[in-house]
Amino acid sequence: MLGTPHHRDLWSRLTSEEVEARLDRLDVTFGPYGYDRLGLSRRHIGAFYSALEPLYRRYFRVAVSGLAHVPPAGRAMLIGNHSGGVPVDAAMVFCSLFFDHDPPRHAHGMVEKFAQNLPFLSSLFSRLGQLSGLPEHAAQILHDERLLLVFPEGVRGTGKLFKDRYQLTRFGTGFVRIALQNKSPVVPFAFVGGEEAMPVIYHAAPLARLLGVPYVPIPKHLVPIPKPVLCELLYGAPITLEGDGDEPEEVIALHVTRVREAIAALIAEGRARREARVSALAAVGKRRWWGEGWE
Amino acid sequence: MSALKVLITGVGGGLGRLLAQRLLQEGWAVVGIDSRDWPDPPPGVQVLSADIRKRAAEDVFRLHRPTAAVHLATVTHLEARPEERYRINLGGTQAFFEHCHAYGVQRAVFVGRHTIYGAAPDAPLYRTEDEPPLAAATYPSLADLVGADLFAASALWRYPEIHTSVLRVAYTLGPTMRGTLASYLGGRLGQRVPMIMGFDPLFQVMHEYDAVDAILAALARPLRGIFNVAGPDPLPLSALCREAGRVPVSVPQLLYTSAARRLLRDPLPSSALNHLKYPVVINDAAFRAATGFTHRLSEQQLLSAFYAYSK
Repeated sequence: MLGTPHHRDLWSRLTSEEVEARLDRLDVTFGPYGYDRLGLSRRHIGAFYSALEPLYRRYFRVAVSGLAHVPPAGRAMLIGNHSGGVPVDAAMVFCSLFFDHDPPRHAHGMVEKFAQNLPFLSSLFSRLGQLSGLPEHAAQILHDERLLLVFPEGVRGTGKLFKDRYQLTRFGTGFVRIALQNKSPVVPFAFVGGEEAMPVIYHAAPLARLLGVPYVPIPKHLVPIPKPVLCELLYGAPITLEGDGDEPEEVIALHVTRVREAIAALIAEGRARREARVSALAAVGKRRWWGEGWE
Repeated sequence: MSALKVLITGVGGGLGRLLAQRLLQEGWAVVGIDSRDWPDPPPGVQVLSADIRKRAAEDVFRLHRPTAAVHLATVTHLEARPEERYRINLGGTQAFFEHCHAYGVQRAVFVGRHTIYGAAPDAPLYRTEDEPPLAAATYPSLADLVGADLFAASALWRYPEIHTSVLRVAYTLGPTMRGTLASYLGGRLGQRVPMIMGFDPLFQVMHEYDAVDAILAALARPLRGIFNVAGPDPLPLSALCREAGRVPVSVPQLLYTSAARRLLRDPLPSSALNHLKYPVVINDAAFRAATGFTHRLSEQQLLSAFYAYSK
């Protein structure tokens, strides 16, 4: 399947058997060299999911609900909240769809445009099917009947500080027009726990300017590695928006509010659920910081 | 079909020779002009040594009164010096359409390049014909080809009686071992191909036979408009190099120009680096829908063929 022997490279050796079996069930057409038409590489996503599985199952112990709201085939847009700090949210959403959805599905995210200038990262994003955030790319992904993951808060969302945790920042409106133009259902989701994993207290602006990135987060625990906290991922019922995408901004804003409120409700539900899980752990004598951080 | 006559400019080039032979097989009478030599053209193909901008070339139009004409006589910076390039690409394209208009050509095909869209970090994959050509800014050495392409398209309104099609063809590889991508990959197996460290853009490549088929498809019907022409799905450059039997070598961008000079016969100018960092991938759906064109050679077939040609 993967062609000549030099394709048995590092990436394929890093792929677990379970991931290999799920890759075979993916609704993606890979060409003779293991790439699809958007540049998604079977070997690279195999290694990617194999590396993330322990994080998903054991490190963050993500509890997922409502996966049945994600269609088993065909296009859909997954719209959710961004966690502050290092965005582990996207990776965990990918894992839930790949490991726990039946059949497994691969979601395509939209990457900030500045990432295209970064060596190694830009080509890695391309192999993982993460295209830069252009409406043309969104349309192609939906046209190919794939799942499109969008965080309408964008970089405003990942740039949240710990004091603003779980407050939704302003939503862009582009995602609603894309959903309407491409006749795509919208599945809202909430990711809870990311803010505790990496509580960001300060942004190092001069360093960010030097590196040419939007911000450099300085976490409370100083080490820029997310802590192993419990996470919750909740998918809500699909929302079908009516229209063709040419509506005036006021009409679009109403659609945005509808989706935003659905996500806010899921966040509230997720926070309650997470607190219950954390107290249950505390009750059986687990160390408190596994759930709540070091305070 | 035997009554139909086609004139090909730049017939002595790699693609020109393949196209002439193919059109002959299809029953066309073929006349070609080129300032380069084609010493032994197949019987049935008349080749006249002339520069498209000179009187002798106009006489070929006058004498033969071709039904259709294909303009292949454009050159890249790899083949000609700047002043000559502007003369050939812009002056030549102007003369081609003037002669088509003056001597009653019914179908004119301009064969251009997909690279005119330009490689840029903020450009989308699968560019459509509606998008502006960025190459004049991202890669100034291509400015004359951008100009030629846009000028050719102006024939659509300046000479409405001619069915003009402007084809923007993806990179080609094939038996001629010529063209931009072939010269970048080099002629030998095992040749080291310098890439820019940390970047591995998607490349769209089609076999020369399929490119010839596409031109044939454009000639076979009255076609009007600007069309992207591509073959199989794109591949990362590193995979393409390896499957073509070459060895991709990652070089930090700062060292790239000096390394490329050592490894390649014709190093790319530094502005070409964008084309090794970011993809230029085109959407060819409009051409396929308008002509029914389908490519015959898959990426595997065309790369193993190129591997074999390199032996």
